[in-house]
Amino acid sequence: MEIGVLALQGDFAAHGRRLEQLGASWRRVRMPEDLRGIAGLIIPGGESTTLLKLLARTGLEEPIRQLVRDGIPVFGTCAGLILLAQRVLSPQQPSLGLLDVTVERNAYGRQIDSFEAFGTWLAGATPQPLELVFIRAPRIRAVGPGVRILARLGEEIVAVEQGPVLGATFHPELSQDVTVHQYFLQRCANAAGVASPA
Amino acid sequence: MTASEQAGDTKGIVHGTLRLKTGLAEMLKGGVIMDVTTAEQAKIAEDAGAVAVMALERVPADIRKSGGVARMADPAKIREIMEAVSIPVMAKCRIGHFVEAQILEALGVDYVDESEVLTPADEEHHIDKFRFKVPFVCGARDLGEALRRIAEGAALIRTKGEAGTGNVVEAVRHIRRINRQIRELRVMGDEELVSAAKQLGAPLELVRLVAREGKLPVPNFAAGGIATPADAALMMQLGAEAVFVGSGIFKSEDPPKRAAAIVQAVTHYDNPDVLARISEGLGEPMRGVDVHALEEQELLQTRGW
Repeated sequence: MEIGVLALQGDFAAHGRRLEQLGASWRRVRMPEDLRGIAGLIIPGGESTTLLKLLARTGLEEPIRQLVRDGIPVFGTCAGLILLAQRVLSPQQPSLGLLDVTVERNAYGRQIDSFEAFGTWLAGATPQPLELVFIRAPRIRAVGPGVRILARLGEEIVAVEQGPVLGATFHPELSQDVTVHQYFLQRCANAAGVASPA
Repeated sequence: MTASEQAGDTKGIVHGTLRLKTGLAEMLKGGVIMDVTTAEQAKIAEDAGAVAVMALERVPADIRKSGGVARMADPAKIREIMEAVSIPVMAKCRIGHFVEAQILEALGVDYVDESEVLTPADEEHHIDKFRFKVPFVCGARDLGEALRRIAEGAALIRTKGEAGTGNVVEAVRHIRRINRQIRELRVMGDEELVSAAKQLGAPLELVRLVAREGKLPVPNFAAGGIATPADAALMMQLGAEAVFVGSGIFKSEDPPKRAAAIVQAVTHYDNPDVLARISEGLGEPMRGVDVHALEEQELLQTRGW
């Protein structure tokens, strides 16, 4: 089982290091042909405006939508979530529209407002604390009826899933906590019908 | 109360950690940070796919031409640029001028460049960057300089190159030197690392860390004289993790086209077929100057230590 990490721009190497730490193999995705045969795709943090342009110029938008139609898990963190969302605010911008959420960009402020905190992971057998790193982070302002909440910070929703699509407003790849990547790898293994390496 | 405190439990919320500072640099990796002097240029940069802009009064080529004392930009100019774009905005302060840095932090810029492009305010001390919540980027010509800046709290290192020349030769020299010095540390014994720390003029703990990890403890970007997509890809293949382009875009014939091409070159830096395609028909690059034609006192890279 091999995971693809979108490597057009952003902290794709940090996701790669986390996948290696969990015993999963991964490849960089820069062209549509790089998607062939992957068991899951991670869209990393970065600048969503930059990623949008590079996705369009490399012709990756439609092949990523097809992955989701085929039931292959796709996980976006921060900018990755913004690309997956159906509605993006401040400012409005186009997106892949694969996750029924409304996301507001840079919603906590600028870099000096970036922060670390502990939230709650809700997708396990019992709720557990989860280390969260937010960098110029977006906020999920609304979720559609088919969306399951995976993590919260206080009352606020910070991670969600809908079918094979997962999204987080924070950066699990920059924290010490492997919970979120472990969960994603399990989803990929289930979809591929194999055992998870994690 | 900040937005993050409103969001949840206020206890345990922390700002300004090194992880958050280097974290933003992680998000900029594989991207291009472009110098801009107006809101209109900032929009052009964002539309071309820049990951961030550097807000300036004048680009380095013009600073070089005009002479005099080069200082932090007018806050009104920086605000105008911050309002024009949704991507991060950086701004430069003079080496050692911690009050310019305080002003930039108060304005809410996302990164401060303590830059040799401006006239130094202190020839003995750089800024104590740990005192700030805003992250800092600093230039370096060799590993010792990079580690001294990291010891002062820099969250991102860039090559100095020779800004405003459109000539990549100095940036190449600096990144190759840093790479070579890191490789040399990798094979040294413990007692040799102590001696290397003395020679580099860098803290032993950081020297040991680099010897163990084989890379700087913060991201490492390229800057200084990058003018073409091929220049940008060259720096990436030499190990830079992102690229700053100063005068190279808005001193060229067709800035939007050149900016978009350099963005693509940094993504596809190891794919010569893509590089060939995007390098076509970009119009004239900036004219550029031969670094050897500059007098010693005209060099910007020798500012700071």
